[in-house]
Amino acid sequence: MKANCWMGTRHVEVTEVPDPTILNPRDAIIRITNTAICGSDLHLYNGWIPTMKKGDVLGHEFMGEVVETGKSVTNLQKGDRVVVPFPIACGHCLQCEREMYSLCENTNPNAWMAEKMWGYSPCGIFGYSHMLGGYPGGQAEYARVPFADIGPIKIPEELSDEQVLFLSDIFPTGYMAADMCGIQPGDVVAVFGCGPVGQMAIKSAYLLGAERVIAIDRFDYRMRIARDRAGAETLNYEEVDVPEVLREMTGGRGPDHCIDAVGLEGHAPGVHGAYDRVKTSMMLETDRPPALRQAIMACRSGGTVSVAGVYGGVIDKFPIGAIVNRSLTIRSGQCHVQRYMRPLLQRIQNGEIDPSFIITHRLPLDQASEGFEMFKNKEDECLKVVLKT
Amino acid sequence: MHTQSARDLPPDSLALALGWFSVALGAAELAAPRYMSRLIGAPSDARTLSLIRTMGARELGNGIAILSKPASAAPLWARVAGDATDLAFLGSAFSSEYVDQRRLLAATAAVVGVTVLDVVSAQRLGASANSTASSAPARVVKAVTINKPIEQVYAFWHQLENLPRFMRYVESVERLADGRSRWQAQGPGGMTVQWEAETLAERENELIAWRSLPGSRVHTSGTVRFQPAPGARGTEVHVEMDFRPPVGALGRTVAWLSGRDPSSQLNEDLRRLKQLLETGEIAVSEGEGLWRPGRPTGDPDRVRTLAGVQS
Repeated sequence: MKANCWMGTRHVEVTEVPDPTILNPRDAIIRITNTAICGSDLHLYNGWIPTMKKGDVLGHEFMGEVVETGKSVTNLQKGDRVVVPFPIACGHCLQCEREMYSLCENTNPNAWMAEKMWGYSPCGIFGYSHMLGGYPGGQAEYARVPFADIGPIKIPEELSDEQVLFLSDIFPTGYMAADMCGIQPGDVVAVFGCGPVGQMAIKSAYLLGAERVIAIDRFDYRMRIARDRAGAETLNYEEVDVPEVLREMTGGRGPDHCIDAVGLEGHAPGVHGAYDRVKTSMMLETDRPPALRQAIMACRSGGTVSVAGVYGGVIDKFPIGAIVNRSLTIRSGQCHVQRYMRPLLQRIQNGEIDPSFIITHRLPLDQASEGFEMFKNKEDECLKVVLKT
Repeated sequence: MHTQSARDLPPDSLALALGWFSVALGAAELAAPRYMSRLIGAPSDARTLSLIRTMGARELGNGIAILSKPASAAPLWARVAGDATDLAFLGSAFSSEYVDQRRLLAATAAVVGVTVLDVVSAQRLGASANSTASSAPARVVKAVTINKPIEQVYAFWHQLENLPRFMRYVESVERLADGRSRWQAQGPGGMTVQWEAETLAERENELIAWRSLPGSRVHTSGTVRFQPAPGARGTEVHVEMDFRPPVGALGRTVAWLSGRDPSSQLNEDLRRLKQLLETGEIAVSEGEGLWRPGRPTGDPDRVRTLAGVQS
């Protein structure tokens, strides 16, 4: 089969690899129809995530048709159309029982590597480094899906592929970011970053009852989509002093909740941005967190900072004083997708949201490399690339 | 986990000095590679600068390793290996036409001097460590919580034939008469090791203790305790094992090099036990470890064998 493989920093290549096979009784094989490039794939592409190996199949946002099931998978049939959640979860450990699926204790065969980085290991993830399992990803014609009796969700006929594809990651990820804020009537939510997860977070904050959502970015076309399609007010951080304007816009209170939908490759103008570039180039920090720092400083006292963006290692100048002295709540986590898939599918069915509004580019799988470059460089107003097989 | 090692010895002041030297040199090479290249008389082209940065990263890592384990010889031997690379680099630089021969000669002399100090220090530490640690068994202590009732977890372990299903390198366990058992395992380097063991104590849903019989090639003894985890969180399994490798210190080195030291091995085995009991299978990915890419191999049996999973 054809698969998009990581070949080194800023180098992906669609090559021929063997077809996947059932390895365990709870596996299924999916023939992939639609698969997306995630913002977090760019962290792999740009070489920020350790333990990638040349030849790894990328991709963790995919859907398709069940073509084979292991002997313990009874809930899926050949031909079922399913969306696959990016965290691989067993469904039976204590974390899964508590619906903390991305913390599944049983699905990372390389847990020891993650333990060295983070103390304990989260779940395995498709196509996202060996530290997170070394599982081949879904930017391919076929994928082996472990624990298929727990993860994949069947899709009703009346919904199109593109309407449901993002149930695999970014819709639940954006939704969980808003959910973690515990939004109350009248709340103002600031969303840092108008990428795909930011757009989903804006929509979700409204679904959960936010009064106003203010979104921050620097690309006009992304802010335009945030305004026109997601209903946010927008600020360009290269043009205004974001914390100052947020304070003014909220009558001096500050936004009740701040969502970081940027992650470890954040930018900032001037000295602040240069600082993290120097520190990361000298390996004195691994991630660039200007958006997170600003989210913390801008949040109203007693508010919530919800971190949906991916961070991998250690950062510098983390304003712990602001958190302690102003009773801020920091919430985070890789999305517990399995917890949100069914309720969010229901919202799509009810017509409350159609997440496909963020798709700007549709390419054949063969052009994955062009898709990565375009997405990375924000060429041609690129917001979301869907690869078709 | 705690393993008895040379870590308990008083730090060696020469080793400490070499550690700080590594940190300072590494930081300088990382922060000012251009200056360092001029200092040693090498050209300041992009390749040399990136090489010096790489050396700086290695040097810094080395220094930190020495300072965090000042009584251990291994990081010092790593320094010796680093010195050899540096000397090779300096040697090759002599043939380049863009070098300052005088400075290069001085730099080479300095590295040779440091190499001598490194070897002396490493040998000193190695000698004192060997006298205390090589013959002592390693003790490993590990625990895991399994989301299953204590009766089920105990019964599974008590059935010794089950152990090869989650113990990565145990090939078979055969129960003999009088609480004795015969074990076969894959040793380092692919050799097969056999030994006999006896059960010293077993209390239902509480503990099992064992030791290898005198005269076995493998010397091991241990206890596994089972206790309910608080708040209906399942069963805690606590394992304590004393372990002496089949071929002494050499065996231990081989085991360490192949990533199969008893401590991490026990950890992995308990993780696999948990997977097996909670999910009914052992998680396998095509790219397990870091030595093969995460892509289908076309040979599922091979993937299962490499992962030590019985299909």
